[in-house]
Amino acid sequence: MSILDSKIPEGPIDQKWTNHKNQMKLVAPNNRPKIDVIVVGTGLAGASAAASLGEMGYNVKSFCFQDSPRRAHSIAAQGGINAAKNYQNDGDSTYRLFYDTIKGGDYRSRESNVYRLAEVSANIIDQCVAQGVPFAREYGGLLDNRSFGGVQVRRTFYAAGQTGQQLLLGAYSALSRQIGLGRVKMYNRHEMMDIVKVEGKARGIIARNLVTGKLERHSAHAVVIASGGYGNVYFLSTNAMGSNVSAAWKIHKKGALFANPCYVQIHPTCIPVHGTNQSKLTLMSESLRNSGRIWVPKKKEDADAIRNGQLKPTQIVEEDRDYYLERRYPAFGNLVPRDVASRAAKERCDEGFGIEANDTNEGVYLDFASEIKSKGKQVAYAQGDHNPNEDTTIRLGKKWVEEKYGNLFQMYQQITDENPYETPMKIYPAVHYTMGGVWVDYNLQSTIPGCFVAGEANFSDHGANRLGASALMQGLADGYFVLPYTIANYLSNEIRTGSISTESKEFEEAEMEVAESISSLMEVKGDKSVDHFHKRLGLIMWNKVGMSRSELGLKSAIEEIKVLREEFYKDVFIPGESNEMNAELEKAMRVADLLELGQLMAVDALNRNESCGGHFREEYQDEEGETLRDDKKFKYVSAWEYKDREATNSALHKEDLKYEAIKIAERNYK
Amino acid sequence: MASKFINVTLKVWRQKNADSKGNIETYQLSKVSTDSSFLEMLDQLNEQLINEKEAPVAFDHDCREGICGSCSLYIDGRAHGPQTQTTTCQLHMRSFNDGDTIYIEPWRSKAFPIIKDLVVDRSAFDRVQQSGGFVSVNTSGNTMDANAIPIPKADADNAFNAATCIGCGACVASCKNSSAMLFVGAKVSQYALLPQGKVEANKRVQNMVRQMDEEGFGNCTNTGACEVECPKGISLENIARMNREFLKSNLSSEK
Repeated sequence: MSILDSKIPEGPIDQKWTNHKNQMKLVAPNNRPKIDVIVVGTGLAGASAAASLGEMGYNVKSFCFQDSPRRAHSIAAQGGINAAKNYQNDGDSTYRLFYDTIKGGDYRSRESNVYRLAEVSANIIDQCVAQGVPFAREYGGLLDNRSFGGVQVRRTFYAAGQTGQQLLLGAYSALSRQIGLGRVKMYNRHEMMDIVKVEGKARGIIARNLVTGKLERHSAHAVVIASGGYGNVYFLSTNAMGSNVSAAWKIHKKGALFANPCYVQIHPTCIPVHGTNQSKLTLMSESLRNSGRIWVPKKKEDADAIRNGQLKPTQIVEEDRDYYLERRYPAFGNLVPRDVASRAAKERCDEGFGIEANDTNEGVYLDFASEIKSKGKQVAYAQGDHNPNEDTTIRLGKKWVEEKYGNLFQMYQQITDENPYETPMKIYPAVHYTMGGVWVDYNLQSTIPGCFVAGEANFSDHGANRLGASALMQGLADGYFVLPYTIANYLSNEIRTGSISTESKEFEEAEMEVAESISSLMEVKGDKSVDHFHKRLGLIMWNKVGMSRSELGLKSAIEEIKVLREEFYKDVFIPGESNEMNAELEKAMRVADLLELGQLMAVDALNRNESCGGHFREEYQDEEGETLRDDKKFKYVSAWEYKDREATNSALHKEDLKYEAIKIAERNYK
Repeated sequence: MASKFINVTLKVWRQKNADSKGNIETYQLSKVSTDSSFLEMLDQLNEQLINEKEAPVAFDHDCREGICGSCSLYIDGRAHGPQTQTTTCQLHMRSFNDGDTIYIEPWRSKAFPIIKDLVVDRSAFDRVQQSGGFVSVNTSGNTMDANAIPIPKADADNAFNAATCIGCGACVASCKNSSAMLFVGAKVSQYALLPQGKVEANKRVQNMVRQMDEEGFGNCTNTGACEVECPKGISLENIARMNREFLKSNLSSEK
C-alpha cells in the first residue's frame, strides 16, 4: 500500500467536513497553554493560522524573514477573493464554486478539499468584514462584486486593485492583537533553516536570525509551514524578491512528499520583459479582463510596424485587430482561465503577431477603449445626459475606469512610462503562482506527523490550474477555518508530552547540519554571484519547463540543471561573513534549494505524459492546440519522495483522484 | 518607450552594523538602463561590488510592486526619491539624467535605528499596531453576515483610502519631529470610519497614541511633509481625525 493516506472523511461530499469536525478530538482550553505551535510564514495562511491558534490559547511562535509580518507577499495580490455568497443573484452556490474550481483545475484536484474550500468561503467574507477590512461597496452600502476568469457569475469581493493588501492587513491586525496579548511571540527577520524531527514527529525548527546570523533552536508540538510558493525558481516572476521554497523544501528533504511540482501558473496579464537587468515582473490584475479586450494585429506587417515604432496601436482600425480570445472562446471571451489565456497569447506571438519591441517580440494588447466609451455613456445616462458628446463620454468613462482600477493604471504608467488611458496596455504572460507544493492529507498534514502545510505551500486545492481570486480564499480558509480544527485533533495526543527540550541530540545534529551547509557555501569563494546562477536557472526553467514543454526539452533541462548546480557549488561567491546581516548568503541558501526543486519540476513534467491546466506538453494537444488530458493514465497526484540532490532518483507515489460528486469531463470554455 | 543608458555617481551611506560609525561612500556606475527601477540600479551596483569582491550595499526590499512597504531610502534628500506618490521600487531611472550624482541614505529617526547600511528597524510600527490596531473579534467565522450592516460608500471608501498605508515609514523619515501621526492616524481612521471599529474606538486611540509616544516618535506640528512624501498619498485629514478621536475619548467615561 502506498504511504499516501489522504484521510478523506466518509459520507456525502456536503457533509464530510461537518461530520469530520464533529468527530475530531479537541484540546481543552486549560491544556492549550501547555502546547507550543510554530508557524513559519505570515502571509494570509500563516498570519491567519497564527492568530487563530493564539486566540484559542496555544503558545504560538510565528516566523517571517521580512522585517515585519505585514510584508508577506500575499500583500501584493490585486484582484479579489472569491466566495459563494450569491449576493448578485446570478445563481451562485457552494456547489457551483466547487464545480468551477474543479473544472478550472482541469480535474486534477482533490474533490473533498475543494468542496470544503467552497463551503467555508462565505465565512471568510463575514470574518474579514467583522475585522474591519474595507471591501468595495455599492451606493446602497452593500458589498460589490466583480467577475473573474473561468466563471459565469460575479462572486469576487475586492478592495480596488489591492485586495491582498487589505486582507493581509486584516490577518496582520488579528495577529498583532495576539502578539499584544502575549499569545503569539513574533520572530521577524528570522528564516527557517530546517525542521527538527524527534522520534519521527515534527518537534521544532532551526532558524537563523537574519540580523545577527545566529542559529536558534525552537521547539514545538507541531509545526505549520505557510511559506508560499516556488515561482522564483524562474528568477523572473511576479513573486517578491524574497519569496522562496526553502521551508517547504527542507521538510521535503526530511520526509514530506512534494506533490505536482510541474503545475505552475503562468499569468496572462503581466507587463512584458524589458531588459537584462530586470529583477522581477509585475502583474496587472486579472480583474482588468472584466474591462479590457485583448488583441494583436491581424496582419503581420502591422505587428512589425508597431514594433519598429512606425505605427501606433490606436491607428490600427477595428477590422485589422484580432481579438483572439473572443474569437476562439466566445462563451467566456476575455475571461477564460489563466492557462488558456496565456497559451493563446504565446500562440499569437510565436506566429509573429507580438507587438512588444523586446528581444522576443512577446507582448499583446489589453485595450480599455471600448470600455471607456460604454461606461462613459452609462454614467452620462445615469446623470441625465442621454446624448453625451464624445468628449463627455470619454471623460466620464476614464473616471469610471480610474475608480475601478486607478492604482493599477498608475503602476503601469510608472513602470512603462506609457499612459494606459490613452493607449492600450502591453501585456504578456509571466510566472505567477504554483499549484504544486507539499503533499498534505485532508487535515493539511504532510507525511511528517505534526508538520502541517497551508496556503500556496501545499498542493491541495487548485489542481493543474488555479482560478483567479482563489488563492486569497484558500490561504484564509486554511488558516482561519481548517487548521485550527485539524491541528487540535493532532495535538489532543500531545497534552501529556510536556515542554520539548531543545538540548536533545536531534536539535544539536540539526543545528550542526545547518551550520555546516552555511560554512560550506561561504567557503566556496568562487567567482560568480548568486544572481548569476539564479538567472541561468530561470532561463532554463522558462524555456524548457515553462508555458510549453516537450520530452526533449525536459530531458535537456534535467541535465542542464544538474551541471549548473555542480557549477554553483564550485564557483559561487558570497561576500561578507555568516555572523552578520548578509543578503547574499540568504539568497545563496535559497537558490541552492531552487536548484534541486527545478530539476524535480522537470522530472515531474516529464513523467506526466498528458497536458492539463498549466502543464502543457507539446506532444499532447488537439488539432486546435487545446490541452489533451489522459484520465486513464494520469488521474493522480504525483507525490515525490526525496532521495538525494539528484531529482531523477526521487521516488514517485501516486494518489488516485476519485470523482464522486462531479462527472469528469472535457474542459471546454468555448 | 525608448530606453537609453546613463552613467551616475552614487553617494551611499555605509554602516557595518548598529554599533559602528557610518559614512558616505562614493561609487561610479555606468550603463544604467533608464528602464531600470531604482532598486534594479542598486542591484547593478551590488553585482559590480560583488565582482570586485567587496561588500554589497544592504537595503530592504521585497515585492518591488510598491505595496509591501519594505523599500525605503532617502534619495537626494527626499523619502522615496524625487517623484511624488511613488515608492523607491517604482521609481525608475528615467527620472535621472546622465552624469547625475545621487545621494542615498537610510531613514533618519531615533525610533528607526539603523541595522546595517540602508536597513533600519521599523518594528516600532508593529508595536503601535499591537497596542490597538485591530478589531477585537475572534477569528471563528461565526460573525454576522457580511451584508448585515450597510456601510455608506463614502465611509467605506475613506476607510479604504486610509487603509492603503503600506507602513514604509516615509512619513516619519520626512518629518522634522519624526512624528508617526500620519501612520497612526491612518490606522485609527480606518477603524473609526467603520461601524465594526467604532465599538472600541476610545480605547484604541488611547492605546495607540500612548504606544506611539513610548516609541519615541515626535509630535505633529502641521508641516505636512508626511503627506507630500507619502507614496500612497495618505491625507493629513487622518491626523485631524485621530486628534478628534483622541479628544473625544478623553471626554468619554470609558477609556
